Amino acid sequence: MRIALPLLAVVAALFMVSLLTGPADIGIGESLAALLSGGDGPLALVMREIRLPRALLAVMIGASLGLSGAAMQGYLRNPLAEPGLIGVSGSAALGAVLAIQTGLAASFALGLPLAALAGALGGVLLVMALAGPRGTSLTLILGGIAVSSLAGALTALVLNLSPNPFAASEIVFWMMGSLADRSMTHVWLALPFMVLGLALLAGLGRGLDALTLGEDAAQAMGIDMVRLRLMLVIGTACVVGAGTAVAGAIGFVGLVVPHMLRPLVGAHPGRLLWASALGGAAMVLLADIAVRVVLPERDLKLGVLTALVGAPLFLHLILRLRRERI
Amino acid sequence: MAAAEQIALPPPPDAAPARVVSMNLCTDLLAMLLAGEGQLWSVSRIALDPMVSPLADEARDHVINHSRAEEIYLMRPDLVLASTLSPRSTVLMLERLGIEVAQFAPASTLEDVRDRVIDMGRVLGREAAARAVLARFDARLAALGTDQGPRPRAVIYHANGYVSGRGSLSGDILERAGFANAAHAAGYGSGQVMPLEVLALSDPDIVVTARTYPGGSRSEEVLSHPVVRAFRAGRESAVISDQSWVCGTPFVLDAVEQLAEARRRIMAGAGE
Repeated sequence: MRIALPLLAVVAALFMVSLLTGPADIGIGESLAALLSGGDGPLALVMREIRLPRALLAVMIGASLGLSGAAMQGYLRNPLAEPGLIGVSGSAALGAVLAIQTGLAASFALGLPLAALAGALGGVLLVMALAGPRGTSLTLILGGIAVSSLAGALTALVLNLSPNPFAASEIVFWMMGSLADRSMTHVWLALPFMVLGLALLAGLGRGLDALTLGEDAAQAMGIDMVRLRLMLVIGTACVVGAGTAVAGAIGFVGLVVPHMLRPLVGAHPGRLLWASALGGAAMVLLADIAVRVVLPERDLKLGVLTALVGAPLFLHLILRLRRERI
Repeated sequence: MAAAEQIALPPPPDAAPARVVSMNLCTDLLAMLLAGEGQLWSVSRIALDPMVSPLADEARDHVINHSRAEEIYLMRPDLVLASTLSPRSTVLMLERLGIEVAQFAPASTLEDVRDRVIDMGRVLGREAAARAVLARFDARLAALGTDQGPRPRAVIYHANGYVSGRGSLSGDILERAGFANAAHAAGYGSGQVMPLEVLALSDPDIVVTARTYPGGSRSEEVLSHPVVRAFRAGRESAVISDQSWVCGTPFVLDAVEQLAEARRRIMAGAGE
């Protein structure tokens, strides 16, 4: 709990910076006044309909990715598990793209997040089946590569077949993720699924702590393994599906954040869950502020920044695992 | 800029070409307007798409090509019509095979549109038809009466937040319809993205958007963002179909007239 307050403070500070970052040149006092008091002016429109949803989505999606990464790593007892790397985000993107191109998303408001959720569910089930409950890092990563390549290829195929001339250029959005020009509609679309998913994942703490002693010991302590796995799968599908539906697939957050926070919470997967949720929110907020500061007019994708941080760490983890095996 | 847009047209043929193949939407449209009976053999596939082609029905009367050198060569044309933006490799291949290719630069003003009509009339040997089309064009333009009166501030907002500035065809259409380009005033030119925030703060009198394509895309979602919707509610807005301004043909007058009508409604509203 010692790190909870500092993490909360960091998230709150970054949330404020995110609200105050944008191409429109507005003073701090002015923007906050417009945000709180509202009104019909264009200033209130900018704060309430452009910047607020962007900051809220960064927090929601970051928390989702951090929490689901920590939960998967705890359950699989494997530090390489992460929704982006093992293809869950990619499968969710495929579901979302199918919903948009078939018209499901337009005819039924919840069609988009539900289709992404179904895609994420398919992806997570497929990877867990491929890796097995006690899968080694190798089978997990190989299964993940297979699922994410297939999902990525199918997403590109659907977008290339679309009658819409803009669709094909959006492959990069679905694979790299962006929060540009999102609105409160997207917040409301994702929120119910995220709340459900976060609640399911947050309830895993005791089970994951017991699981560090091995499956048999955990069962002896009264942990229902079937229920644990079900909560993990559905929780992950909910949060990753909803997040990807509105912002595309953002990789490496679920890998980097638990890795950085693990030494701070001790070897307690349960405590790591909430810490990773806060850490994920901070990381996505930071990345989303950076894309607006570094290249304000080019819509740099979030996944570019998270991968620049995450991929070297991934290599480092692989090297370390290899040393430990030898 | 002007040097780059120099168009490469062959000298006027002694006899009008009898079998013409067009491989670009914009030359498809000009050729369909001007060509004589049986002169235009083939148009490109895109000419069939009613979203961008105002002559989609007429296009069905022609053989359809897919802008590939091989199939066009096999059609044995006397003349191929292409854009200066058509793939260079395709054009060079056709020329190596001994086929005459006339390339037309994209129009970026209404004056360019007149020039393209004259050029097309010349390469097809249909100067009289071109003059007739231009006479109607000039008459419609003169009837607009948009040179006087106040100029409401307008932004043309495309998918992904791109705007039309000065020096673009849609920018010129906007000014001919009697508007001031608020994107240009805010410092945004053609091919630049005007962030939603800047759009909101520049507070234009009207936001002009393109009609969205079927199939849905994230790029076009910005056109239904609450900020853009807020600008549509309670004030004038206009949705222009891409078919009336994607190419520099006389069909741009449909867009000019539609916008001029929106301007009249704005001025009537302001006068009350």
